[in-house]
Amino acid sequence: MTRAAAIVSKRLGRTGRFLWSSWSGLAAIFLFCVIWQIGHEAYGAFILPSPIAAIAAVLQLATQEANWQTALVTSRRALEGFALAALVGISAGIIAGYSAASIRLARPLVTLILGVPPIAWIVLAMIWFGSTDGMVVTTVAIAATPAAFIGAAEGIMTRDRGLDDMARAFGAGPWRRFSTLAVRHVAAYVFPALVLTLGTAFKVAVMAEVLSNSGGIGGGLARARSNLDVSEAMAWVLISVVALIAAEYGFVRPLHSELERWREAARPWGVRR
Amino acid sequence: MSALQLSGIGHAYLGRTVLDHIDLTVGAGEIVALVGPSGCGKSTLVHVAAGIVQPLRGRVSATYVRHGMVFQEPRLMPWATARDNIAYPLRLAGVSRKERRARAEDAAARSSLDVEDLDKFPIELSGGMRQRVAIARALANRPDFVYFDEPFTALDVALKRRMQDLVISAARDERFGALFVTHDLFEAVRIAHRIAVMERRGQGIAGERVIDGVPGAREDRQIFEIVMRYLGEDSLFHHVNDIDERRLP
Repeated sequence: MTRAAAIVSKRLGRTGRFLWSSWSGLAAIFLFCVIWQIGHEAYGAFILPSPIAAIAAVLQLATQEANWQTALVTSRRALEGFALAALVGISAGIIAGYSAASIRLARPLVTLILGVPPIAWIVLAMIWFGSTDGMVVTTVAIAATPAAFIGAAEGIMTRDRGLDDMARAFGAGPWRRFSTLAVRHVAAYVFPALVLTLGTAFKVAVMAEVLSNSGGIGGGLARARSNLDVSEAMAWVLISVVALIAAEYGFVRPLHSELERWREAARPWGVRR
Repeated sequence: MSALQLSGIGHAYLGRTVLDHIDLTVGAGEIVALVGPSGCGKSTLVHVAAGIVQPLRGRVSATYVRHGMVFQEPRLMPWATARDNIAYPLRLAGVSRKERRARAEDAAARSSLDVEDLDKFPIELSGGMRQRVAIARALANRPDFVYFDEPFTALDVALKRRMQDLVISAARDERFGALFVTHDLFEAVRIAHRIAVMERRGQGIAGERVIDGVPGAREDRQIFEIVMRYLGEDSLFHHVNDIDERRLP
């Protein structure tokens, strides 16, 4: 087998394992549906529509082109805020990680920012920006930055000094030590933080839309609420969750597992699959 | 001709002096073993010589072209395969990807690593194999000088012997000089041309002895006799093994 073929077959194997592992995820989802159904039968269709009804409402919504646009608007806002948060949080975190003084200054600030509930940021951003795109994106970015910041700073602070010395012995300057060693180490800390950040981004985006009535999935939820249409409200919730899962499993997780291939190698055979 | 000359080296950590007045010369192609009791500053001295630590006083003048280094722990990047770890110095030197691959394989062969192990991650390798990878990495860029900082302390006796043989033959074939830190006199006598003994508190080099014979050509009995003579009759070595680590500051 040539080298290229070996690489392709290894990659296919990994992708296959990744897909195969989704069975356990599906099992969890079905278990959740069971509990949901029990709740539905206990409290009736008005309080809690059945999963089937909610899925039917989703399919109903999916037939209309405009609703796709609505979901896309929210996804775009969440992802823009997420990208902004990741950019600002990670670069600030890396700087703070290298300088002990700035991390001491930044820690209370992070606590402060985390202490302000996202809903308060929404209100402030509504006053500053009005009910616009920018308002939602800003709120998302502010709410999601601290997690990315802490992840990156922790990564830099816990880097392996032994490896740094090794690189120095082989003549690596500060930039090479950062680009070849620190970046990889930071990635291990930043990715879990990014998953958290992405979740926050979608939740805050929907929340901001509900409150400010600025369209998107939140706008749909607000309309369903005023019509007392519970199935449609449930459907919008489902759609926002699906959008989040698509972003997480389509982008963040594959990148992460590519970088963390060596951890996979460490697992004994029995646990690998 | 000297490959490495340390003159008047002194260093302190947080105000506590760990090294002072160190003068040491290593010739081209010569292996010098640096011995001394634990905590006397041997490691700090090689770190200074290799450019990892900036000394507070003194001067390091290296006339060799480039050096490699083997640490006590393998210090491999856990996320990179053995091959990429070996090629790391080449990557730093800006060698092209394709050539890196070939030269890493070559260095691996010289350290008796199997080709199929090169695609494994360090975590999949045993302790001895990891140290082999670290040696291959040190040799990858064809250095003419190598620093060894107690490289085989953590290995068992049989493995240690094999690794020592590896270093002896590599040094002979590639003609590199080396500064080899160890606290094991047997190891020092097996590997080196010359032994330098550090003063017990890092206050200079207490003395030096040229070892009879050539590394690799000495028989075990001869090594044993030399070590026994050093420990029994030579006052220079009296403090090497008797240090109470509880008294260290």
